[in-house]
Amino acid sequence: MNLELLQSAAADNRWGALFPELLLGCLALLLLVLEIVLPKKHHSAIPSVAILGQIALLIALIVHFRTGFIGQTTFNGLLRHSVEGQFMRVFFLLTSILVSILGVVSLSRQRMPRIEFFHIVMVVSAAMMLLVQSHHFVLFFVALETVTIGFYILVSYYRTNPLSLEAGLKYLIMGALSSSILLFGIVLLYGVVGNPALAPAGAAGSMDFSSVRQFLALHPDNFLAKVGIVLVLSGVAFKIGTVPFQIWVPDVYQGAPTPVTAFLAVGSKAAGFAVLIVLAGVFAPYQKLVIPVLASMAVATILFGNLAALTQFNVKRLIGLSGVSHAGYLLIGVIAAYTDPAALGAVYFYLFAYLLASFAVFGVMTHVSGANDAEQELEHYADLAKTHPFLAFVLAVGLGSLAGIPPLAGFIGKLMIFLTAFHAGLYALLGVAILGVVVSIYYYFGWIKAAVFASWRLPAPAGEAQAEAPRVPVGWPAKLALGSLALGSIVLGFYQGPLVEWLILR
Amino acid sequence: MTMHVDLLLVSIATPLAVALAIFAGMPKRYSVKLAYLGFGVPAAIALWLWSQFPTNPGDTYVFLSAYDLGLELLGIRLKLGLNGISLPLFVMAGVVGLAAGLYAIQSGAERLKIYLALLLVMQSGLMGVFASVDIFFFYFFHELALIPTFIMVGIWGGRDRSYAAMKLTVYLTVGAMLSLIGLIIVYYQSGLESFDLITLRQEAVANPISATAQKYGFGLLLFGFGILVSLWPFHTWAPLGYGAAPSSAAMLHAGVLKKFGLYGLIQIALPMLPVGASHWSGVLTVLALGNILVIGVITMAQRDLKQVIGYGSVMHMGYAFLGVASLSVIGAGGVVLMMVAHGLSVALLFLLSTCVHHRTHTFDLTEMGGLAQKTPVLAAFFVAATMASIGLPGFANFWGELAIFVAVWKFSPWVAAGAVAGVVISAIYGLRAAASVFFGSPTETFSRVLAQTAPVDLRWGEKIPALILVVALLFIGFWPRSLSAPLNSALQAIYPALKVLPLEIVRK
Repeated sequence: MNLELLQSAAADNRWGALFPELLLGCLALLLLVLEIVLPKKHHSAIPSVAILGQIALLIALIVHFRTGFIGQTTFNGLLRHSVEGQFMRVFFLLTSILVSILGVVSLSRQRMPRIEFFHIVMVVSAAMMLLVQSHHFVLFFVALETVTIGFYILVSYYRTNPLSLEAGLKYLIMGALSSSILLFGIVLLYGVVGNPALAPAGAAGSMDFSSVRQFLALHPDNFLAKVGIVLVLSGVAFKIGTVPFQIWVPDVYQGAPTPVTAFLAVGSKAAGFAVLIVLAGVFAPYQKLVIPVLASMAVATILFGNLAALTQFNVKRLIGLSGVSHAGYLLIGVIAAYTDPAALGAVYFYLFAYLLASFAVFGVMTHVSGANDAEQELEHYADLAKTHPFLAFVLAVGLGSLAGIPPLAGFIGKLMIFLTAFHAGLYALLGVAILGVVVSIYYYFGWIKAAVFASWRLPAPAGEAQAEAPRVPVGWPAKLALGSLALGSIVLGFYQGPLVEWLILR
Repeated sequence: MTMHVDLLLVSIATPLAVALAIFAGMPKRYSVKLAYLGFGVPAAIALWLWSQFPTNPGDTYVFLSAYDLGLELLGIRLKLGLNGISLPLFVMAGVVGLAAGLYAIQSGAERLKIYLALLLVMQSGLMGVFASVDIFFFYFFHELALIPTFIMVGIWGGRDRSYAAMKLTVYLTVGAMLSLIGLIIVYYQSGLESFDLITLRQEAVANPISATAQKYGFGLLLFGFGILVSLWPFHTWAPLGYGAAPSSAAMLHAGVLKKFGLYGLIQIALPMLPVGASHWSGVLTVLALGNILVIGVITMAQRDLKQVIGYGSVMHMGYAFLGVASLSVIGAGGVVLMMVAHGLSVALLFLLSTCVHHRTHTFDLTEMGGLAQKTPVLAAFFVAATMASIGLPGFANFWGELAIFVAVWKFSPWVAAGAVAGVVISAIYGLRAAASVFFGSPTETFSRVLAQTAPVDLRWGEKIPALILVVALLFIGFWPRSLSAPLNSALQAIYPALKVLPLEIVRK
């Protein structure tokens, strides 16, 4: 490749299009610098810098929501900017902020290095933002690996806790396996699509999503391509935790620090779905293969997630398995999108409602958990409504929204998914989903019951004080965040307004 | 008419706003005063709109108003209005809500503020259910009213509250989910992709929905709504839930909220899915007879006052289902009249049974007796409520049951015979319950209790809500035309295919 080609390729590098990711990365580095530069007594201010910086960035991103780059590809076809991409950027930045706030609360009870936690969270978020905008398998894989490697560290962050270490090891092995499956699939597709040389600037490369799609459309019955597609979907299925690639979920969710569990449950899952939506478009010529694969995954996922969650007493495992079932409902939306493009709007709305509800629940979990972050049982929630009415309220709203009870945002999300599924004629899937929702009421409500309704407890043996459930007083930033999450779930249930309009019209 | 336009919204928003103010930390003194407002305004609006309602509305909705909330693209708008079918229930919701609210305010429940706030949320949902012209909001308001029920049963409930709350939640969610799918079928099969009941109904008349879709849709709605209305054999949540629920919550749920399902069948399912309705009518008849006869016999075996009322209320739903199954204007009209009457009388019974419990500290019928000597006013009210629920002429219940019996007679005399046997059953358990609480000589233990506590008669705080309900029962009992005239006119216009028998018989 000669110099001229490189120069013209470099001219396509529009760094301005990447300003959120770049600034987030710089902010992450700044934290490390501050840790070295600042005297030790000022270190407690660094998390606030992280959170405030991200909030400023979020505001800037929302102000510049409709940038001129929408609809364009930059970096020689590596990235494609779209309104959905912008939405997911906002989504991940919001996730990152909330994880940081939960991190402050959770880390306050651990003797652990603090600053690196925020650093890694921000880098991972930036990588997720790149991931959902990638338009090329190379960037796709690199961004995905950045996310995954960040999570390897985060999951085992509480390294003095054996369960956290176990979770880290499990996630490492399963993550590596899934990455290799994904990579194998990519290689197969690369092999059949054919141009091993890097394409000249301007022309689409062989790893480019549009050329893969073009090839698939021209060769509708290629065996290797089929294998490649199934493998790539399997790799993504690991990230979103659908059956049969969900085995890591309960143990990793339990062992990981609660803020990281939240990050996995919301950020990683949403990234997986945003990618799946893009890939579903790329693989559209092979619908006959993709739809049965996704549909059988959806059925198994909804049934397994809900039935397995029924038997859990550890709330982290419970929320993990219930998250598996949510992946199933979302898959229905992705499948419906093949016949009814409006279904994508429903998926994005569902994700957003899921973010609001999940972080409300995880926020409460962070406050209720003791020093041993992995042991959070339902019985720790006894009398929460008496001692912490605010937390109990937020928990009830969050769980209610996850269960899909009107008038909360989660209900509107489910309704939109069901409506599109019905429209697309997916009656069997709809039936399974309804069954799943009914089952899920039982465990979500059981959790609310444990927290809100007074229950009889074994009296403490004479001479021993009644073991108090470990709870942390709620600080004002957490109170503000949790309050607005609960309020958001309620308001979005009554007034969907511009969000829906935009998601459906687009 | 513009003057009335926003009154419906006010009747929904006032209780909700008061509830939010209480949740936001309003001091207790003001909370209680505001609660009077929150329960009084909907009742006043309901009565005012009733007085303004035309006697011959036909198929039209009155007091229509619409608000956009952001789901217009899905065909969803907050559209409010009343027609001849929803007016009686809207009025009943306002009246029962007022009685339940007044009773709750003086009940001295623990954490009274939160209790009142939850009750107000429920009241707001109830007014919304019957004022909604949009099917989505009809469903939405039902759920809004349902959630406080779970919480109130779980926190303020009596025996077995935790189990009862759980069972209630699971059953009612299943019912709600099934009916939601049924509503989605109506939404798509109409080809309009709109939730607006007016246009949906017009479209269903002009281009009927395909027979297969009607069968599935009606089946889903029947069983979904049926579970919500405690259709036999899906009724087990009801006696358990009402047994555990605090009195005001039981009044509002058994009296008003439960009628959601029947209202949905009459307002939505029957007019839009007539083929499906006739397909399922036989099955429904059998199940409804199960409600009347099987549950009737079970009720006779109860020894607990609250269980008698709870099972009795399940049993009476059997008449309502028979009215639906008869597929006639008079049957449907009878169901609406009966829903109103039953709502008032069952609320009165729950209220009075709690008054009894406050004086005797037991619900066990075998341990009571002779209470009438100490509390004659309570006894008089209780006997009146029992007579009303048996269906004695002079009370509202009579007209509803009469219309249903006439409709069922036309439909099948054998079924009518079964239904009439139910009246005997309900007379037996009703009178026996009243007798064993108030008359006869007290048992030994009970006379000791009476001697110790010296029960006082009804206080004003209990008397006023009871009086409101009794007056309403008598008013409709003596002047049914005030409700049946607009009801008849609406039903005849909405059910062109079902003009078997007009409701003219109920015209006095």
